[in-house]
This record gives sequence, C-alpha cells and structure tokens, in this order.
Amino acid sequence: MHKPIAETQKLIANSQQLIANNIWQLLEEVSDPEVPVLSILDLGIVRGVAVEGDQVSITITPTYSGCPAMNTIATDIRLRLLAEGYSNVTIRTQLRPAWTTDWMSAAGRQKLEEYGIAPPVDGTATGHLLNLFGADTAVRCPLCKSDNTHLVSQFGSTACKALYQCDDCREPFDYFKCHA
Amino acid sequence: MQPVSTSTQALPTYPPEVHVALLTYLVQLADTSLVLGHRLSEWCGHGPVLEQDLALANIALDLLGETRSLYQYAAELEGQGRTEDDLAFLRPATEYRNPLLVEQPNGDFAHTIVRQFLFDNFHYHLLQQLQHKPDERLAAIAEKSVKEAAYHLKWSSEWMIRLGDGTEESRQRLEKALRTLWRYADELTTPTPAEQTLQTAGLLPDYASLLPAMQAHTARVFADATLPLPEGVVMQQGGKLGRHSEHLGYLLAELQYMQRAYPGMTW
Repeated sequence: MHKPIAETQKLIANSQQLIANNIWQLLEEVSDPEVPVLSILDLGIVRGVAVEGDQVSITITPTYSGCPAMNTIATDIRLRLLAEGYSNVTIRTQLRPAWTTDWMSAAGRQKLEEYGIAPPVDGTATGHLLNLFGADTAVRCPLCKSDNTHLVSQFGSTACKALYQCDDCREPFDYFKCHA
Repeated sequence: MQPVSTSTQALPTYPPEVHVALLTYLVQLADTSLVLGHRLSEWCGHGPVLEQDLALANIALDLLGETRSLYQYAAELEGQGRTEDDLAFLRPATEYRNPLLVEQPNGDFAHTIVRQFLFDNFHYHLLQQLQHKPDERLAAIAEKSVKEAAYHLKWSSEWMIRLGDGTEESRQRLEKALRTLWRYADELTTPTPAEQTLQTAGLLPDYASLLPAMQAHTARVFADATLPLPEGVVMQQGGKLGRHSEHLGYLLAELQYMQRAYPGMTW
C-alpha cells in the first residue's frame, strides 16, 4: 500500500522541480530596470525559488538598501509569472547575507561591459575608512579598453555605480562598484 | 510606498521591558536616518558641483533605504497595524527620537560635511558591532547598511580634510561649522534608558566600546585636516528623548505635508 503513495510523492516532487526550473527560466527574462541588459539572475539578486502546490515563493535580496529598482523588479517578476499563469506568487526580501557583486554572473559582467558600464573589479571593495584618498581602483574603459582612467566620484548615476573618466578617449563612464 | 513584501519571518520574543526598549530604539534609529536623509535630499539640485550633488543624493537614498527596513521591523514588532508610512508621516515632532545633530539645517557645504562626518563616524562604528548582535533582523539591517556607511564615512572624512587643509575660505567655514555643530556630538554616544536596557540585554553594543575607534578616526582626520580638536564645548542633548530644536518642526511640516493635507493619499 505504501508504494503507490511514495510514487505519487515522487511525481509531485518531480513536477514541483519542473515548475521551479520553469520559473528560473522566466526570471532570466526579467531585467534590471536601470541596467536593462542585465537579467535579475545576472545581477545575482534571486536567492531562491520555492514551489508548493500552486504557491510560488521567490526570495530576492536588495543590492543597496535604498535601491528604488527593487519595487519595480518585484512588480516585473509578478507580471512575468502572471503571464504564464502563476498567480499565487509571494516575493520575500532577504537582507542577510548581504548582496555582493561576487554573485554577479560572468555573462552579466560581459553584458555590462558591452553596454558601456565597466563591470566590478573583484577584491577591490573600497570605501574602507582607512583608505582615505587611497589609490583608485584600476578600471578598464568599456569603450576604448584603455586602463588609463581615473575616478571622478564614488557616487554615480545610481547607488551601485561610481563615475569614472577615461584619460585616453576622454569619455566619462559608469563603473559598477565592487561591493563585498 | 508599499513594501516589496510583507515579511513572514517570525518575530523575536523578549521580556516586556526589552520588547518596549527595542521598539523605541528601532524608531529612534529610523527617525535618525530619515531626518538626516531628508536634510541631504534638500541639497538635490543645489550641490556645489554635479558630482557632489549626486553624492549627497546617493547618501540620502542609502539612509532612506535603511529607514524603511527599520520602520518595517518596528511596525511589525509593534503589531498595532501601523505601517512604515504611518510611522514616518503621522507622528508629531515630540514623538521623533532622532538626536539633535541630524535635524540641524544644512547651512553651507561645510556645515553639511561636519554634520555628516560626526554622524558617519558614529553610524559606521555602531553598525559594525550591531551586525554581530543577537537580534537577527536588526543585525541583518546593520550588515546591509554598514557597507554603505563605509562609503559615507570615507566621503565625509575626505571632505573634512579637503576643506580644513584647503583655502583660507574653506577652513574658516569649516571652523565655523565645528563651532556650531560639535556640541551635538556627544548625544550620539550617550545612551537613553531604552538604549541602556538593550545594552544590558546584550542587543546593543556598549557605547564605551565604540569610542576608541571613533576617537582614533577623528584624531586622524583632524590631523590630516590640520585642525585642532575642539575643547571645552558644552554639549547639548535631548532629541533622543523627544526634546527637539525648532528646526525639526519645519522639517516635518515639509516631509509630512502630503499625508497631513490629503490623508491616505497614494500615487
């Protein structure tokens, strides 16, 4: 008598896994509203997808505390899933462990550079108080690929970016700050 | 604004006096970052140069993000059906618990920098310890915010040095700002009864343990800025207990105007 129940449970588990896989694929189509070339998976903010019955639960972590894109992203996730018939969706935010640019995918980094934003240079989390007037992180210009660039301001067009300028092609560009 | 989601995390259970103290403290921390964030946002479009205008707006935004996490937690812990918006928009000045420093007007750029430096030096060192304290939710907010606070402290420290060791004009302005604002520094590290309760319960670091790192950083920045440390200043406090300067009322009148004039409005 137990065997059919175990089989059924296995089938349910398999179908839930299939649904979760499908949802991960759909999330790949949800982009960052500020940096539209990046999907939210590239950005590394989706921490988990859980499926139970028709209930879908997605956990995301904010990049910066005040990032106004988070509300838009939550809405975009709901709309994308609703379009595929998932109406019972809960989106949780998780602060800990805090988001880091280490979670950004290699594909995401490449897309950023092609889009004209220098990707984070790992292991260069600055902002440490002992590093006053310290040397700027060496960042390659996404346009002419020169390493001859300088920091204009740690605070750029959005919370996650710093402003740089290239000393060869003279173009200003955004740098996605290393945040670790 | 609507929160991204309603948290379904279980709320911690504490003895009644700790529960009340934690609620009071969460509101105090949130009020502090909200009021300072609002002050910084007043600079938007008025910064000395575009890059610094952006920096001020970025810091304001970080503080606002921290504010929202704290009010959301406070609202859940209170359990009276109030939301983060109710806490921000529907309390009078006497119920605000921010220290006097952060409500002081922007003044000139030097005033804004001194106010920011005094706050950042405390904020950064507080969050560094708070992230390791046992209240899981508060520690998570601290862990998130401390990375941002490090950028803020670096920014305000470098400006202290630039202005202090800059031109005659910048130095005079910085000295004037120090004469006006230094008196509000000690309130940050003087615990209220609620803070003492939390310190005893182990949820909040003892402020004496923050002082060595804070003082060392101040000494270093003042030395680089070629400024003497202010001495013999009579300290002012009261904001953390709801006794504010006249400036907070005007700030809240602007911050709360829409919800007061059109209760419950949304956009």
